[in-house]
Amino acid sequence: MVEFAENLNPETFNRVLNELLEQGVSRRVAEGRARRVAMVEYNREHGEEEAAPAAAAPSAGAGDGEAAAPAAATAPAAPAAPAGAPVAPAAVPGAIVVAPPPAAPLVAPPPTGKVPSAKPGAPDKHRLLALVPPEGVQRVEREQGDRVNTFPHLLIQELLSLIIVTAALIVFSTFVNAPLRELANPNLTPNPSKAPWYFLGLQELLRYFHPMVAGVIVPTLFFGLLFVLPYADRNPSSKPGDRKLAIVLFTMLLMFFMILTIIGAFFRGPGFNFVWPWSDGVFFDL
Amino acid sequence: MKLKLPRPPSPGEVFDKVRESEAWRSIFRPGSVFRKGYKDTQRDRALAAMNNVLYHLHPVKLKRHGLKLTYTFCLGGLSFFLFILLTVTGIYLMFFYRPAAELAAGQAYQDIETIRNSVVFGDMVRNIHRWGAHLMVITVFLHMGRVFYTGAYKPPREFNWVVGVILLLVTLLLAFSGYLLPWDQLSFWAFTVGTSFGQYSPPGIGPEVQFILLGGAEVGGETLLRWYVLHVLALPFVITIFLAVHFWRIRKDGGISGPL
Repeated sequence: MVEFAENLNPETFNRVLNELLEQGVSRRVAEGRARRVAMVEYNREHGEEEAAPAAAAPSAGAGDGEAAAPAAATAPAAPAAPAGAPVAPAAVPGAIVVAPPPAAPLVAPPPTGKVPSAKPGAPDKHRLLALVPPEGVQRVEREQGDRVNTFPHLLIQELLSLIIVTAALIVFSTFVNAPLRELANPNLTPNPSKAPWYFLGLQELLRYFHPMVAGVIVPTLFFGLLFVLPYADRNPSSKPGDRKLAIVLFTMLLMFFMILTIIGAFFRGPGFNFVWPWSDGVFFDL
Repeated sequence: MKLKLPRPPSPGEVFDKVRESEAWRSIFRPGSVFRKGYKDTQRDRALAAMNNVLYHLHPVKLKRHGLKLTYTFCLGGLSFFLFILLTVTGIYLMFFYRPAAELAAGQAYQDIETIRNSVVFGDMVRNIHRWGAHLMVITVFLHMGRVFYTGAYKPPREFNWVVGVILLLVTLLLAFSGYLLPWDQLSFWAFTVGTSFGQYSPPGIGPEVQFILLGGAEVGGETLLRWYVLHVLALPFVITIFLAVHFWRIRKDGGISGPL
């Protein structure tokens, strides 16, 4: 049996290793997985507070051992293990573990005002990659999910949609001319004068409220609400069934402005007074 | 004596030679569908996305439900496309337009008349620009609605919603500023109505802001020049910056939201 210098549960390690080897998993991968399971097991038995310093130690010197051979499993931890780290932990139950002294906070040296020169004899290369043993790697397991390639599936869709919109715009522009009335004349106010359609809701509000309310407070409130919406709505679910209130409120807000805009566009005539568009005509230009 | 001439290369061979050339290979990176040796495999499909400038916009893979037309209705993408279309048509219109109100009985208005009657495809391009602008306001609004109803503004996407609201504001400003440029009765008085709110805002702020924006007490030649510069330069610059942030955040926040 291998002697364990690491904080592993040896029984678990051997059991998982053999299971994996029987499944045909390659030895290197199997060892890594077994070691991880054994570490978790060990930490569970010995309490979590030991886990942090001890777990960090082996990863420091383990590069060679990991790459070399399965037999080298004992080698890595020795040089880096902190004093008092349990060797063959199962043999010393209840041993007093000396906690390492609290490390001095890392403080950068005061600035010297000079660019430091390279140390003589320093290597002119530095390592970008280091081999890290499996237990030193934080494993993040994430569902791959049902994913498709952007190319070609999404790109084809985007290309099609923009071709359709371009074609529709060209056809529409062939048959419908953009409005152009006579030259601007500051002395001749057309009746009615209407704002562009996206401001017609506000112009409609102007009939009911003081200009300060309709022109300043309402739009400020509207965009203020939009800005804080994601921070105000703390409901984590995005399922429509779970957010009836938000949907109802937002829909009411949209409907409110849509109805005002439609009234302002089609039901307001000369003097911005009410008209019926089917009998009096439409006083609205885009 | 019979002279043996080399057989001239076929067009296919010439094309192959071009595709093997250093210049071609420097333009089309490995994985490009135009590069020699592209195979329709998983690997090359991934590379086609990853080694393309579009990688700034799209990840290599996306959730399958993101392809569903009824999830996004392509609204965000179409808004961006309309912005590009408006930029292209707008640049063409800029060649023939001078934002001067007081010269030659309304130079700006005369230029619009010229665009409509004398410029090649002028009327068509102006129509596309006008209708495309209205359509962009609509798609941006609808995009906001879509994002709300799918709950796509929820963490971690809160900030991107805020960027989106800014984009909506800039879109409205772009549309509004463009509305003034034809300098006809419609645009002049729509603008007068639209900016009249300023005089009612809190005293000390509103009237001053209105004066700055109009370049005077009322809509005039200065206003036209000011809003022309805003329309063709300042606002497109602002919207481009926020578009970049918006698209970057989509990818950083984990791509398409959902599924519901």
